[in-house]
Amino acid sequence: MQVPILKQGANLIATVQTALSDADFEQLRRSLMQQVGRFRSRGVIVDVTAVDVMDSFACRTLRDIALMIALRGAETVVVGIQPEVAFSMVQLGSTLEGVVTALDLEEGLAYLDRSKRRDEGGGSLS
Amino acid sequence: MTTAVTIEIRSDADIVEARQQGRALAAQLGFTLVELTMIVTAISELARNIVLYAGKGQISLGIERNHHMTGIVVVASDEGPGIRDIKLAMQDGYSTSGGLGLGLPGIQRLMEDCRIESTVGHGTTITVKRWKR
Repeated sequence: MQVPILKQGANLIATVQTALSDADFEQLRRSLMQQVGRFRSRGVIVDVTAVDVMDSFACRTLRDIALMIALRGAETVVVGIQPEVAFSMVQLGSTLEGVVTALDLEEGLAYLDRSKRRDEGGGSLS
Repeated sequence: MTTAVTIEIRSDADIVEARQQGRALAAQLGFTLVELTMIVTAISELARNIVLYAGKGQISLGIERNHHMTGIVVVASDEGPGIRDIKLAMQDGYSTSGGLGLGLPGIQRLMEDCRIESTVGHGTTITVKRWKR
């Protein structure tokens, strides 16, 4: 099951629509890494609203994605973690430490927008 | 326990299958969404341990009833290398696969009545339950 990745301005939006196997998660990581380079994206949103279970592998892959994309100079926001999924993740001991999260797509885009303006503002001051 | 379904675990695609079967059975038993998600997360971790450490094995899902309660039982069994030191494996942060080191303690927090039987060289059977209240 391929995860559709949408380009919107300087951002990429990956919407996970169904239960992903490990191979699907790795495919998502590869696609995002490629497309960040191709489109010179500054921000990546991974929308997991439809994901009904996040086990240790899914958490680790998301963390890897965020770290790798940071090394490529872009920022990742994971949005839409459902309350029951968040509860299970904490019980399992699998958190997304170091990864920016937001309530939903709207909040995630607002975060990237603020982040981008901060960058530009900082540049003009110096 | 009455076994409802057994899923052969050989690859990561079977982990998804085990999760789906577990979700269906837990929903049928009337677990809440939070409980259901905890059960499915535990099944996913148990199935992953089979793929990771033993290569292949089974996940059996069953129903247990006593006078007052109904519960779901998950049995993960394999004929892999076994766990040398169960006490050590139950500690947070311990892992032999260079992986995450939060498998068993995490599963125990998600479920109840965690029982581990393991013989080095012969395999491991982990049984966990969750009662509906």
